[in-house]
Amino acid sequence: MDVIIENLPLYWEGFLRTLFLSVVSGVIALAVGTLLAAARVSPIAALRGFSMAYVEVVRNTPLTIAFFFSAIVLPRLGVTFQQFEVAAIIALSAYTAAFVAEAVRSGVNSVPLGQAEAARSIGMKFSQVLSLIVLPQAVRSVVPPLINIMIALVKNSSVAGAFFVLELFGYGRQLANANGDQVLMVLIGVAFFYLLITVPLGIVASTVERKVAIAR
Amino acid sequence: MFARFIPMTTQVPGDALVSLNAVNKHYGQLHVLKDINMNVRKGEVVVVIGPSGSGKSTLCRAINRLETIDTGEISIDGKKLPEEGKELARLRADVGMVFQSFNLFAHKTILENVTLGPIKVKGLSKAEADKEAMALLDRVGVGHQAPKLPAQLSGGQQQRVAIARALAMKPKVMLFDEPTSALDPEMINEVLDVMIQLAKEGMTMVVVTHEMGFARKAADRVVFMADGQIVEDATPEEFFTNPQSNRAKDFLSKLLTH
Repeated sequence: MDVIIENLPLYWEGFLRTLFLSVVSGVIALAVGTLLAAARVSPIAALRGFSMAYVEVVRNTPLTIAFFFSAIVLPRLGVTFQQFEVAAIIALSAYTAAFVAEAVRSGVNSVPLGQAEAARSIGMKFSQVLSLIVLPQAVRSVVPPLINIMIALVKNSSVAGAFFVLELFGYGRQLANANGDQVLMVLIGVAFFYLLITVPLGIVASTVERKVAIAR
Repeated sequence: MFARFIPMTTQVPGDALVSLNAVNKHYGQLHVLKDINMNVRKGEVVVVIGPSGSGKSTLCRAINRLETIDTGEISIDGKKLPEEGKELARLRADVGMVFQSFNLFAHKTILENVTLGPIKVKGLSKAEADKEAMALLDRVGVGHQAPKLPAQLSGGQQQRVAIARALAMKPKVMLFDEPTSALDPEMINEVLDVMIQLAKEGMTMVVVTHEMGFARKAADRVVFMADGQIVEDATPEEFFTNPQSNRAKDFLSKLLTH
């Protein structure tokens, strides 16, 4: 227990960095994922194809590969960053966007097709049909799976620790190395700070789910 | 059959508000629209009837390109239906559509359902759109339901809202795709009454329906479809009393025996 209390500032630092990585990647992933989902249902075949290929490739390969790509391959291609955080954010948001896209797409599919047809038949453009009619209704069924994806994102951010980014898990590993006799306590401390982010997310998810149930 | 077919298709082309020219469509192997030629003049009410699977719904949906066609040409008010995009959206705003399953926007109130198009597509102010929408809702007899959500209304009321929603765009022509097929019998008339009123006011209408009463009362022309073809095209009087083709005779005899 002492090891946690003594290193509380370090834990806190790691916690804030993990939170930062998760929030920034989460916001980017939501935006990119929604665009991918929109592309997937768009009337343009090339967009549909691109979105489908992206989602299938990224969703079905390990996160570590995404990290290798952004931390090692991208710099070789001339895309360089001052900080590894940027690479981590690219990898995490690119990876998570694929899952977001699938969740949003399933939400879009839960809205009856007839409403989209009705919206088109009063002269709405594709973007209006999506933003005014389909997405507002899709949100209800999309929020719970999206929060699951965000919880996974928070945990996935620990992979960044292996790519020279100091975040909660990275600090935890440092502490474990320095305090070989108290590894269990160190890791319990790490787990606690992860729970500090993920448990509230879960509570939000169940609250939203209840609200949606009432709205129906 | 051809004797009465020819005068219909040789009308002045400029006169046609909706014009279908040699339209073909396949669903895989199935040839759902076979070389369809049809003109609808301004102010005309055309009722399309026929057995299920005859292609009449597809025909109706093709007119505002909810269904694509393989070959042929469809024009609205002299303008050829464009490909997907802004141009098509603009043209669709001129073509009102009423669906079998109402398709009201479930997350919007009745009033919002009617004002959304005028505000977002035509750029009307909210106050202006609200005023026009209330007038339309009163006209179809559901004005007092304006603040409710679609799910709180009966089917007949929902369909009348759907008609108001389409009318709010001030369309040149209204398409009805089996508008009463999903309704309980006692609600059918309230919708048909609105449609008959609309027809009397001179709206150009294409109506796919099984309601022969409506066809007799309100139609200027009856188009009978079977197996993807237009088999007869006549006035209701002629069609119901003296059908020319065996296919139509067969269809009508089945209706009358029930």
